[in-house]
Amino acid sequence: MSTTTNATKVSNDAPSRGTAPAGERIADWADGRLGIYSLAKTNMRKIFPDHWSFMLGEVCLYSFIIIILTGVYLTLFFHPSMNEVTYHGPYVPLQGQRMSEAFNSTMHISFDVRGGLLIRQIHHWAALVFLAGMFVHMMRVFFTGAFRKPREVNWLFGFLLFVLGMFTGFTGYSLPDDLLSGTGVRFMEGAILSVPVVGTYLSFFLFGGQFPGGDFVARFYSIHVLLLPGIMLGLVVGHLILVVYHKHTQFAGPGKTNNNVVGMPLLPVYMAKAGGFFFLVFGVIAVVAAIASINPIWAMGPYRPDQVSTGAQPDWYMGFSEGLIRTMPGWEINVAGHTLVLGVFIPLVIFPLVLVAIAVYPFIESWVTGDKREHHILDRPRNAPTRTAFGAAWISWYFVLLVGGGNDLWATHFHLSINAITWFVRVGFFVVPVLVFIATKRICLGLQRRDKDKVLHGRESGTIKRLPHGEFIEVHEPLDQEALHTLTAHEQYTPVEIGPLVDENGVERKATRSQKLRARLSKGYYGENNQIPKPTVEEYKEITSGHGHH
Amino acid sequence: MSSQDIPEENLPAEQATDEAHGAVAVKGEHDNPFADPGLPEHEHRIQDIDERAAKRSERVVAMLFTISMLATIGFIAAYLAIPVDKSIYVFPIGHISAMNFTLGLTLGVALFCIGAGAVHWARTLMSDVEVAQDRHPIEAEPETKAQVLSDFADGARESQLGRRKLIRNTMFGALALVPLSGVFLLGGLGPAPGTKLRHTAWKKGLKLVNMNTNLPLRPSDIAVGSLTFAKPEGLSEDAEDFQTVMAKAALMLVRIAPENIKDKRELAWSHEGIVAYSKICTHVGCPISLYEQQTHHVLCPCHQSTFDLSDGARVIFGPAGHALPQLHIGVNSEGYLEALSDFDEPVGPAFWERG
Repeated sequence: MSTTTNATKVSNDAPSRGTAPAGERIADWADGRLGIYSLAKTNMRKIFPDHWSFMLGEVCLYSFIIIILTGVYLTLFFHPSMNEVTYHGPYVPLQGQRMSEAFNSTMHISFDVRGGLLIRQIHHWAALVFLAGMFVHMMRVFFTGAFRKPREVNWLFGFLLFVLGMFTGFTGYSLPDDLLSGTGVRFMEGAILSVPVVGTYLSFFLFGGQFPGGDFVARFYSIHVLLLPGIMLGLVVGHLILVVYHKHTQFAGPGKTNNNVVGMPLLPVYMAKAGGFFFLVFGVIAVVAAIASINPIWAMGPYRPDQVSTGAQPDWYMGFSEGLIRTMPGWEINVAGHTLVLGVFIPLVIFPLVLVAIAVYPFIESWVTGDKREHHILDRPRNAPTRTAFGAAWISWYFVLLVGGGNDLWATHFHLSINAITWFVRVGFFVVPVLVFIATKRICLGLQRRDKDKVLHGRESGTIKRLPHGEFIEVHEPLDQEALHTLTAHEQYTPVEIGPLVDENGVERKATRSQKLRARLSKGYYGENNQIPKPTVEEYKEITSGHGHH
Repeated sequence: MSSQDIPEENLPAEQATDEAHGAVAVKGEHDNPFADPGLPEHEHRIQDIDERAAKRSERVVAMLFTISMLATIGFIAAYLAIPVDKSIYVFPIGHISAMNFTLGLTLGVALFCIGAGAVHWARTLMSDVEVAQDRHPIEAEPETKAQVLSDFADGARESQLGRRKLIRNTMFGALALVPLSGVFLLGGLGPAPGTKLRHTAWKKGLKLVNMNTNLPLRPSDIAVGSLTFAKPEGLSEDAEDFQTVMAKAALMLVRIAPENIKDKRELAWSHEGIVAYSKICTHVGCPISLYEQQTHHVLCPCHQSTFDLSDGARVIFGPAGHALPQLHIGVNSEGYLEALSDFDEPVGPAFWERG
């Protein structure tokens, strides 16, 4: 009896599976093995908010994919070897010259392989876009406070990607073994030699002996194509998983709260927009690579340790380290038969510190505020004046160093004294960030005041009205509720107090140094004159009900 | 460093917006003019209400995709037809590779049009109704946390790791030691530096050979105001270690009127005013290549360290930390310039053992 029922059931089921459309049957197959239906249930119609600045991260992701695609192609032709060969290719000026196989094969890619030059140029341009994109994306996240809980870990992932991207770029443009990049590698060797105690050993172990030796191209190659991109790929995947898991942040606005995410669904809108954007980025980079030459190694020639060209510059993202090394005074201390090369070692230490300064900021801010809640609504930069001022100061610091890194170009293009530029950078390194900090904070506070005015008095309509007694006034139009809400949606902290130093029993308590520091920082962030109190409902009502337009 | 001591009331109150989930308008609720009015009503696009406009959008998208197809065909044609060494003039860029220009443009257009078509499709035809989705706290519920902690405690107890100290300690010891093998394997990356950085290829009796002509130099070859580069005799460009030898041995020669040489030792180590200095900058090792005839200053083009060759090559500007090493030179019996010893100090960038 039971067997028959079972058999009927099976026979009833089978045809319904069989008549399902092919796509559904494939999906069923995959679901039975991978559980794709549960995955799609939460993600297929996932909501993403819309804002132009949210595409900056996409630019990074897509240029990273482009770099991987073109990079794999380049490995098919590139020979990571420093064996010396004589050039016999079609580029006449270099014929008969001695060069490494690395340089020779890069010449081959550029002149003999059909489309090889295009792929090389797309690869290099995409790398520049990748780094620039990460820089701007990081600034977006910084200035809008998107790094706050629960996204601190993702901020660090992104930061690591930026740093690793810099070194992947450096090892990458060193591979062709041309005169420019070889000079950069020599500079790196000099910097490593300056490390106290172990510097000489580090250098000999990196280069397999004395500089340049015959090993570094092969070693940089495996670092450039395997080690660093492997780590970065893992970080990118982790970064994206966290973006999906946290759900994207959004700006304040009507209907948008800390507990929801307002936007359009992944399928179909963001599939089309984000997928299409990949092609837009790739297309633009391809056109740039078609019309703008980058790293023309044939113009520079193969590396020779006794030759150099003027205007030797690293790629832009390494420029700030170049600025440090160029402007540092040449201090050297000789003690007991040892040399402390401060003139090179101090820049080598400041280089990571410049980066770490921005990386640890989220943790400093969360310590100052003591805020342990999740934040999904983005700040407008003006509403976090101290943070914005710190970020602007950091950028100015970075750009002062970038100017230092190109001091020779500034001197020749703007007819300035190179000594004057160097001194400007030496002083500016300390002064410019402070000035920028103060100026930015004042601008933010001014903008906050303007927002407050707008909320309380409405927007200027441009209509001039004459009152019965002859006075002329400009009519202010009150804002609608949506605008009022958006302009007053931000949170304002009150400064942290150390609290009474004597408890109710009269026992004295010592405030720790960290408590005092935090109270001071908190006052600097949120104290009087460091933020403009946002308008209250009472203020608004008094003004709007009382006298009408002001 | 914790913030446990911050009272809750110090944190700003959350905006009174929770009631405004979704599109529930709460205008005037609680009499608060700043309250969240809820999602604004959807405004229709022209394509939503006018089928002709929607058709127009459809045609634009289809046209973009068609252009992409044509561009890809163009790419293939260019790849097959254009000679790889052909150069064309393109205003305002100048003479560039025809292959690179055409392939790049066609590929770029093919890709860009796919993207533009997809984005236009999404913006004009796909629904643009904004939807709200709830967020859920990242933190686990207290029950979940309690469950995990107790599971962990069970697992840890069952492993007996805490109880069997002998196992625990030896395991930590083994795990701590085993990476050392990896560290030692890295020892093969390079030889120990030894004193290699202290010596160069120069030694007593080696003639100075002109870098450009490959001929030994005579004093008469060095004119006042010229900068001459030299290498040690017997070093061929075909030598396997040419680059590594030159990275330390590169030499530059200038002639300065002896009465203008301010440094005594420099004068003693010169020959008829010809002085020989290491070409490798003492900052981070770039080859110095710019010479100012009037002042006898040389400048490193990488980081602008400037040295005064008439005064012991001391640093007069820039980030270099010490003077360029001088090579003691003289003339041999045949009248050729020769080295009278190796450099008496390490050339190039400073390092810990330099002293």
